[in-house]
Amino acid sequence: MSTETTTTQARIRDVLRLHAHLTKDVDALDSSDDLYAAGMTSHASVTVMLACEDEWDVEFPQRMLTRTTFSSVDAIAAALAELGATS
Amino acid sequence: MSAPYAAPDDFRTAVLDAGLLVASAVDGVYQLSGEFEDVLQGLQRHLGSQRVDHDAPRRWFPPVLPRAEFLRTDYVASFPDLVGSVDVFRGSDAEHKALLGDLEQGCDWTQHLEPAEIVLSSAGCHSLYATLPAQIPDEASRAEICGFVFRHESGPDPTRLQSFRMYEFVLVGTPEQALGHRDSWMPRALAVLEGLGLRPRVEVAHDPFFGRAGRMLVAGQVEAALKYEFVVDITDATGTAIASANYQQDHFGRTFSLTTGDGQPAHGACMAFGLERTTLALYAAHGLDLAAWPADVRAALGC
Repeated sequence: MSTETTTTQARIRDVLRLHAHLTKDVDALDSSDDLYAAGMTSHASVTVMLACEDEWDVEFPQRMLTRTTFSSVDAIAAALAELGATS
Repeated sequence: MSAPYAAPDDFRTAVLDAGLLVASAVDGVYQLSGEFEDVLQGLQRHLGSQRVDHDAPRRWFPPVLPRAEFLRTDYVASFPDLVGSVDVFRGSDAEHKALLGDLEQGCDWTQHLEPAEIVLSSAGCHSLYATLPAQIPDEASRAEICGFVFRHESGPDPTRLQSFRMYEFVLVGTPEQALGHRDSWMPRALAVLEGLGLRPRVEVAHDPFFGRAGRMLVAGQVEAALKYEFVVDITDATGTAIASANYQQDHFGRTFSLTTGDGQPAHGACMAFGLERTTLALYAAHGLDLAAWPADVRAALGC
């Protein structure tokens, strides 16, 4: 795993810690673990989406505004990478 | 098969000409005729007679609910464009004078008002949750409820009202109890509507969540098939949802701190009927002359 990937994932975990309202410690989750299964509600996922947009100064296009895009740390990292957002 | 009316405006003209609704200066706000209200009350009693939970408390809600409870529903996050917030005057004589001065000069007099401790009711079940026990009993909490609901939306379609009544059968309990409640009500609701001569389609639906954030909520709601609407064709233009069967998952359990025996947030579900819309659908289906409606429908409604 590159340093850049590690940094991005750490920042995603910071966003999740603040906004996802998980029932488990975000650091105890594997990057592929399902965030909804870890207690993130639909409304919380919206807040996570908006916080990611602020954090990386990007705007998710409509096709990415789905439940799947924000389902895991890996999924969010992949979406950000697709938008050209780096660490 | 074509709908009874070509366009919403045709239906609007017909019900206004028949005197069933009386228009106000604002779209979506109508007075109802005595006959219309009689049919609606008959419908309400008929829906109530379909109850299977005879011990469930029956509650009629006022058209307002406490602001603090409203905020716990997350309605502002989901539907800011539909909110009806109530403003009141708490000023002094001097401030009253200033208010009247602004009013007389055509200025914004509402700047002298401030938000009240209440809002207009956003959904039937929103008034219920704060009154439920924090620890939901193993057999679940059930309620049969009715109340006025406000939605700030309007247009020429007389079925799109700003203020209307919902009749709901609500359950709060475990995920299995909530889904079981919704899924057992769907065929029952279809049967009662068909028994009144309506022919609704049951469709996976979503709430009108606002904006970009709303797109995500829509996607999640549709993907999980949380909401089904009972849609009839009153006009050729668009279908009209007259009832819905909803599974809210643990949304209200979390926001109102309701838990089940295992300590998990309670899940909720409801079967909801729009009383004004269903009454309008009956007039569209059977004609604007109540005396000419099928005898069995009139007997069921007691009118």
